[in-house]
Amino acid sequence: MRRQFPLALCFIAGLFMAVQYFIPHPTVQDMYERLLIWLQTLLAFAFLLGTVSLVRVHYHKIRHRADDRGYSLVTLLALCLMIGLGFFHSAHHAQGSPFDRMFQNVQVPIEATMFSLLAFYVASAAFRAFRARTLESTLLLVAACIVMLGRVPIGDMIHSSIPVATRWILEVPNLAAKRGIMIGVGLGMMATSLKIILGIERAWMGGGD
Amino acid sequence: MNIFERFMNIDRRWIFLAIGIAVVIPFFFPLGLPISVTEPVQNLYDALDAIPPNGQPLLLAIDYAPATLPELEPMSLALLRHAFRNDVNVAVLTLHPAGYGLAERALNKVAEEMGQVYGEDYCFLGFRPGISAVILGMGVNIVNVFPEDAYGTPLNDIPMMDGIRNYDDIPLLISLAGWGAAEAWVLYAHQPYGQRVGAGVTAVMATDFYPFLDTGQLIGLLGGMRGAAEYEELIDHPDEGVRGMDSQSSVHILIIALIVLGNIAYFGARRKRRQMEREAA
Repeated sequence: MRRQFPLALCFIAGLFMAVQYFIPHPTVQDMYERLLIWLQTLLAFAFLLGTVSLVRVHYHKIRHRADDRGYSLVTLLALCLMIGLGFFHSAHHAQGSPFDRMFQNVQVPIEATMFSLLAFYVASAAFRAFRARTLESTLLLVAACIVMLGRVPIGDMIHSSIPVATRWILEVPNLAAKRGIMIGVGLGMMATSLKIILGIERAWMGGGD
Repeated sequence: MNIFERFMNIDRRWIFLAIGIAVVIPFFFPLGLPISVTEPVQNLYDALDAIPPNGQPLLLAIDYAPATLPELEPMSLALLRHAFRNDVNVAVLTLHPAGYGLAERALNKVAEEMGQVYGEDYCFLGFRPGISAVILGMGVNIVNVFPEDAYGTPLNDIPMMDGIRNYDDIPLLISLAGWGAAEAWVLYAHQPYGQRVGAGVTAVMATDFYPFLDTGQLIGLLGGMRGAAEYEELIDHPDEGVRGMDSQSSVHILIIALIVLGNIAYFGARRKRRQMEREAA
């Protein structure tokens, strides 16, 4: 029963969501609307699950005196602080509130800085690893240089054909490759969905069988 | 170790320093490079420009996190300025939990700057978890997903949302995202409901969206800071996007120079090595 019930539930819900698209009858659409509302409620629990998981991982690191337990402590303290500010400050969303200040003045600069560091590593990696060793790598290198130039105003100034070549690269070879990948991914998603609905793929139940 | 090998093994901190200088200098000495407008940006501008004033709202999904803020916030500011300048009502929401504060930040800044009234000219619906469920749910009834705005006012009590039921009443939806949200809007709002969707994404993501432009599933696209700069040019309000283009130009030139120099050094070192091997043999 522990196995059959979730499988049956998955089969019914999956089949309904697939079939409702083709049945515009008000009863079916009403059920669809209701299911979407339930789905939002269920998905909200993912946040709770994520928070519990985060706390467990870092609590274990601190308890077992792992080498990097200092980072875990900072993570848990930051989590508690932000949750506390969010829950106990009545107008946590108002501009200038402690919650908003922490978000705007700590989280925003930290995350933006981390992402900006990519530019430095990309430059260093490009210098060391981007070599025209083979025909394929040479093509990649030339295409990358043209697109990099074509995506900034200085490319227009160097030669008017650079933005044209950039557009061609993006709209012809790039588009063809992306479309192929997307169709492949789409077919894979359909196959996986069918396997889950029909109970062939059961890893989502946690057992892996 | 010959000169080529020494150059190839240069301390990477010199490269970091060069990149830092290339980013910072143009902010103090702007180059003022002219920016031409590309077709995907022009299409998005035209679509927003065609929305009748004081009627059905533009739905703006600010789905980005702080990491991609420098690239995507200039887009949200430019789009809001364009909408408010045309008296187009704007409803803002976010599918990213960290997007809440960023949406408020952009909305409050432009609304204050342009004297817009909350509830009449714009509103903020807030954040809801569950990407596909939220997007699909809004196609049935927006009130099911957002019964209240972000500040607890029932949606039915907000004047600008009067008569707005679902995507049939939204002339244009634009998602600004540094992750898969923009694609989700195409899949779950455009495909089943026929919603017109535009997107603004980071430069590295832009290539992923060209298939959607080609099929018409996306009506327009802002790609990275360049996209924001082009839009700022179109609305004749140069701001962070245009300012950032000078830095981006100098960094791109520097990276290309590093690639060329790296290859010269690599092939130079290889030729020297082979020459020495021949001499030794």
